[in-house]
Amino acid sequence: MAIWRNRITLVWAILVAATFLSFETMTLGNAFLLRSLILVIAFAKVLLVGREFMELRHAPPLLLWLFQLWAVVTCVVLIVLFHA
Amino acid sequence: MAASQAAAARSRGHVPGEEGVWVFIGGDLVVFAVFFITYAVARQQELALFESAQALLNRNLGLLNTLLLLTSSLFVAQSVAAVRRGDSKARPLLLAAILLGSGFVIVKIFEYSAKIAEGFTLNSNSFSIYYYMFTGIHLVHVLIGLGVLCFALSRFDRNGKMPGGVALIEGSGAFWHLVDLLWIILFALLYLL
Repeated sequence: MAIWRNRITLVWAILVAATFLSFETMTLGNAFLLRSLILVIAFAKVLLVGREFMELRHAPPLLLWLFQLWAVVTCVVLIVLFHA
Repeated sequence: MAASQAAAARSRGHVPGEEGVWVFIGGDLVVFAVFFITYAVARQQELALFESAQALLNRNLGLLNTLLLLTSSLFVAQSVAAVRRGDSKARPLLLAAILLGSGFVIVKIFEYSAKIAEGFTLNSNSFSIYYYMFTGIHLVHVLIGLGVLCFALSRFDRNGKMPGGVALIEGSGAFWHLVDLLWIILFALLYLL
């Protein structure tokens, strides 16, 4: 069906692939880099959901940047706290 | 002149749905950021306890619920696009999203039941308090989101169209995607890390 050959479906496929990647990463161990990678993958998925599914990439720049700033700052703070 | 006005409108951007929805979404994001940070601090203070308690969670159910919400979000996004096109597929797409979201609730109830039967309750330890509080608050969001999507579903006419309903479906979709993205982080924090 033509309806499924679009950007939204591609984004969903990337989100699913990233989910399995983080799930497998968890099985590799508990090292600093692996933990950080899981958090970075999670927040990369959050950015994709916001920009593409919530259509923030078409929103006023202030709304888009506030959302992206929230995601990046929360991710960095969590990485720091998880390794404090 | 018209072309320059259209270009100016594009540069200003389009807020999906009603602006009030975004005030709520922004507030929710701030509140959940505080939740996530509080959890990270508590986890570092009782690291061994949190790690042993986390190992008791069923990660496969967490993964299944992540896939259910991601796919539900895909159907909602496709439904929003279909409403804009005036495509009658919008209604079955939204119905599929609601069914997938309901699947999340069923899996969560099954997961809670299994954990409680194993003696892993709200008062078991510090981790269980965070687990039940955060996933419980998120589950309330899921139920509200399903209610909003059901309301949007009821606004389709007999021909499967939603005349004048673009803002409604956009706002409903934005809230549902918020539910999805909050779960993405909860899944990483509670099940994977």
